[in-house]
Amino acid sequence: MKMKKTLLHPRSLVFGFMTSLFLLTSYPGYSQGMGEGDMVTIGILLILGVLVVGVVVIASSNAAYATALSGKTRTRTVEEVVGEESELRQHFEIKRGLNILLKGESDPGVVDVHTSRYAVLPINFNNILPIPKILVEEGAEVLAGQPIFFDKKHPNVFFVSPVSGEMAGIVRGPKRAIHQVVILADREIKYKDLEAPDLATADRATIRKFLKENGGWPLFRQRPFNILPDSEGDPRDIFISSFDSSPLAGDMNIKIDGRYDAMQKGIDVLNRLTDGKVYMGLDGRNNAVIPAELSNLKGVEKHYFGGLHPCGNVGIQINHIAPIRKGDTVWTIGVQELITLGGMFLEGRYDAARVINVAGNGALEPRYVRTLAGADLSEIIPQEFSDPAIRVISGNVLTGQKKDENPFLNYYDHQVTVIPEGDHYEMFGWLIPQTMRPSASQTFPNFLFKDMKFNVDTNTHGERRAFVMSGQYEEVLPVDTFPMQLFKAILTKDIDRMEGLGIYELVEEDVALCEFVCTSKQPLQAILRQGLDYMHSEA
Amino acid sequence: MNKLLKFIKENEPKKGTFAHTLYDGFFTFLFTPNETTSPTGVHIRDRIDLKRTMVTVVIALQLCYLFGTYNIGHQHFVALGMHTGFLEGFHLKLGYGLTKLLPLFIWTHVVGLGIEFYFAWRKGHSIEEGFLVSGALIPLIMPPDLPIWILCLAVAFAVFMGKEAFGGTGKNIWNVALLARAFVFFAYPTTISGDQVWIAGFEQILPGAQVDYGWWQTSFFNTLFGWFGWAQFDPAATIVDGFTGATPLALAFEGGWDRVTEVYSSSQMFWGAIPGSIGETSKPLIIIGALILLITKIASWRIMLSGLVGAVVMSMIFNMWGATPFMTVPWQDQFIMGSFWFAIVFMATDPVTASGTNFGKLVYGFLIGMVGMIIRIINPAYPEGWMLAILFLNTFAPLIDHYIVENNMKKRLKSA
Repeated sequence: MKMKKTLLHPRSLVFGFMTSLFLLTSYPGYSQGMGEGDMVTIGILLILGVLVVGVVVIASSNAAYATALSGKTRTRTVEEVVGEESELRQHFEIKRGLNILLKGESDPGVVDVHTSRYAVLPINFNNILPIPKILVEEGAEVLAGQPIFFDKKHPNVFFVSPVSGEMAGIVRGPKRAIHQVVILADREIKYKDLEAPDLATADRATIRKFLKENGGWPLFRQRPFNILPDSEGDPRDIFISSFDSSPLAGDMNIKIDGRYDAMQKGIDVLNRLTDGKVYMGLDGRNNAVIPAELSNLKGVEKHYFGGLHPCGNVGIQINHIAPIRKGDTVWTIGVQELITLGGMFLEGRYDAARVINVAGNGALEPRYVRTLAGADLSEIIPQEFSDPAIRVISGNVLTGQKKDENPFLNYYDHQVTVIPEGDHYEMFGWLIPQTMRPSASQTFPNFLFKDMKFNVDTNTHGERRAFVMSGQYEEVLPVDTFPMQLFKAILTKDIDRMEGLGIYELVEEDVALCEFVCTSKQPLQAILRQGLDYMHSEA
Repeated sequence: MNKLLKFIKENEPKKGTFAHTLYDGFFTFLFTPNETTSPTGVHIRDRIDLKRTMVTVVIALQLCYLFGTYNIGHQHFVALGMHTGFLEGFHLKLGYGLTKLLPLFIWTHVVGLGIEFYFAWRKGHSIEEGFLVSGALIPLIMPPDLPIWILCLAVAFAVFMGKEAFGGTGKNIWNVALLARAFVFFAYPTTISGDQVWIAGFEQILPGAQVDYGWWQTSFFNTLFGWFGWAQFDPAATIVDGFTGATPLALAFEGGWDRVTEVYSSSQMFWGAIPGSIGETSKPLIIIGALILLITKIASWRIMLSGLVGAVVMSMIFNMWGATPFMTVPWQDQFIMGSFWFAIVFMATDPVTASGTNFGKLVYGFLIGMVGMIIRIINPAYPEGWMLAILFLNTFAPLIDHYIVENNMKKRLKSA
C-alpha cells in the first residue's frame, strides 16, 4: 500500500475535517430525506464520501507514521571539545529494547586468577569446518602466540595458543568434531616474538598476512553472518562497541584495565585495514562515565548510544550509523580483542589477557577477574561449577552458553553469569506467581517498579507454542524490519523474503531480547542462526 | 506439596495414550512445568506465557458474564410484566439466567475441549490454551434459548474446521468464536435472527403466550426459594400486551432514532438492560474489560482505536446521506446499540487472526469499523454487521500485512 505523505499537518487536517462533518450533519435538511434532484445529490454525496474516506486514510497514515516514529531511535548531534578541536558527534537514543535488571552485580575489585588449563574452542568460530588440522602434537611445548591449528577451508589463517605450556590434547564431540584444544599452562607465560610490520610503511597485504599467520584474524568477525573474515576482500567499515548493555555486563572501563595505548595502536591497525571508516560506539546512557583516554582516542569516528539494551550491541550500532546492505561486508571487533590486536604491534607479542566479570544471583563472590582467553572456569569458580543446581554461563544470560563438560571461557566472551537452575514445579505459577521475575509484560506489577532488580533462574515459565502474539518482537528490536515475518521466512526457507527483511543486518545477539520476551517460548536465536547459515551457503 | 507431586508422577499414564494427553493438560494447568532453558540461546525467559495471556482475557470477560446472566432473567421477566424494576426479583432473575447460561457454557467447553484433546492426542503434542478464550466468548454471543444440539454442532464446526484443520492454536485464519456464530447464522438462521430469539423462555413472543418452564425452574429453584420465603417462578404467567421484544437495532431499522427512544431510553441502552446477545449489552462493563486488556497490553490499542474511528466515520457518512430511517440515527447514538463494543474489544483484537504489523492493525481495525457499520445500516436482512465484518477482514488481514512487508522489503532493497 503506497501512502502519500501530505504536506498538511495531520492534526489540523483531522480537526478541519471533523468540524466540517459536524456542520454538515447538523444541517437539518439532510435528515428529512431527499427532495428533488435525488440523483445529483446522491452523486455529489458519494463523491464527497470517497474524498472524505481518502482524506481520513491519508490523515491516519500520517498519524500512524507519527506513532511509529515514537518508537524510532531519536538522534541528535552534539558538539564536543576534545583537546584543541571540537567534533560533532551523533547521539542515538534507543527507545525499543528492554533493560533487564538482575541481582548479583560484580563488585569493583579485580582479582588475578591464572588457571592451570586453557583451551581454544573451534566451535566458537562460526564458519570453520568441524575438524580443523592440529599443528602441534600432544605433549609438545608451545609459546603464547604460536599457531596450534588451522581450518582446511582457510589454510593460511592460523589459530594460536593464548598461553605457553604443554599441549594437553584435544577433546572431541559427536562425529569426531574437535570441541576443545587444551593447553596446560606455565606459571610464567613465555611469548613468541612477533616481527610486526611497521604500520606507517607496510602495505595492506603485508599487514593482513601478518595477522593471518599470528592469530590476529580470529580477533575480527565479519558481518553479515558473524563469521571469520574472508581471506580476500576488504571490509567497507570496521565497528567497535566500547560498552556492553547486556544484563550484568559490568563496567567496560574496568575491563579495559588502563590499556588505552594498546587500544590506540589497534585503532591505527584498523585504519590500515579498510578504505572506509572506523567507528566506535560510546556509552550514552544516563549514568555512563567515559574516561578521557577513551574520548581522546584518535582515528575513530565516535557516536553515543543511550537508552535501552541493546544499545550496546555492535549490530544495532551498525544499523544506526551505516546499515549493512546486500553485498556489503563489515568487520566488528570487541574491545579486549582490539587490545590484543594493538599489543601485537605495540609489544610484538600475542597478549591474550582478558578481564572478565563473574556475576549473577548464583555466584558466591561476584567480582572482576583478570585472566586469559580460554580460561578454565571450573578453577575460577569451582564451587558454583560443581553444583548441579547452578548453571554457569560463559557470556550473559541472553546470548551465552552453558558450561559443564566443556569448562572453558568462550573466545569472544568477557563475562561469566552464574544462576540457579529452575527445574522445579510451581503450583498455578502462571496465574499467581510466588516469586518476582523480570518480565516485559504488563500483566505483572513489574512495570510499576522501574528500578527493581530481580533474582532469576532457568525455568522456561511455560511450554513452547506456535507464534500467537504479534507486536512483541518489534518492541524490543530497534531495527526497521518485521521480526516475526523474518523468522517465519527463515523457517520456510524463503530466500527473497529473508533478504528483504534484513537478515544480513542481524546476528543472534540482536534478537536475544525478542527470544526473551517471546510468549510462545520459541528458540529465536537458533532459528536465526539456521537462517544465517542457510543464506551463507546458498548465496 | 512435594508428596502430592511424587504421587502424581508415580501415577502418570503412559505416553501416547489419550489418558496421558488428559493428564498432561490438567497437570500443566495446575503446575507450571519444570523445563529449563536450553544450553544455548537465552538462559532466562520472561514469566509471561500463553496461559496467562489467555486467562487475562477470560478475566476481562467475567463482568460481562455476570451482567449478561442477570440480564437474561431480567428480559424474561420484563416480557412477563413482572418484576419490571432492574433489581426486583434479583434471585429469580439470577437463577433463571444461570439455568440458561450454564448449559451453554458447559456444553461449549465439553465439545470444544473434547475436540482439542482428541487432536492433541492424535498429533502427539500437549493441549494448547487457545480454546480458553474462544470457549469463554462463544456463550456470550449466542441467544440464550439456543438448542444445545445446535450449539454443539456449531462449536464442533468452529474448532474442527476453523482451527484444527489449519494446524491448531496460532494457525487459524478466522476467529473461532465468530465461526461458531456464523455457522448458526447460516445453517439455522431462525434460531438467531429476528426479535424472537433474544428473550429467553418463550416459544413465541406474542401477547398472551404461555411461559415455558422446565424442571430446574419449577422444582429445583421453586423449592429453594420456597425455603427462604422468596418469590417463585409462576408457570401460569403470560406475556403482557404491547411487548414486542424488539432489540434497539430492529427498532432503528423500522423508524430511526425516534422509534428506538419510544421503547428504550439512552441510559437503559448504555447500561445494558436491553435484549441482545448475552455479553454485548452492557457497554460500561465492556469498556472496563477493554481497560484491563489495554493496561496489561494483551490486546492492541491500535485495533480498538482505529475500529472506533472507522465506525464513527462511516456512521457520519450515513448521517449525511440519510436515505433510510436507519441512516438518520445520529452517529453518536449508533454506539450504544448493538454489539459494536463487544466485537471491537474482544473479537477484533484476537492477535492470531488480526494483522501482525502495527500499521496493518490500524488499517484492519479501520476497515472493520467501516464494513461493520455498512452491513448494520444497509443490510435489510440482519441488523448487525460485526461478525461478518470481522470474518471478512480476517480473510484480508494477511493481504494487508503482505503489502506492508513488501513495502519494507522494497525500501531495503532499493537502498542496497
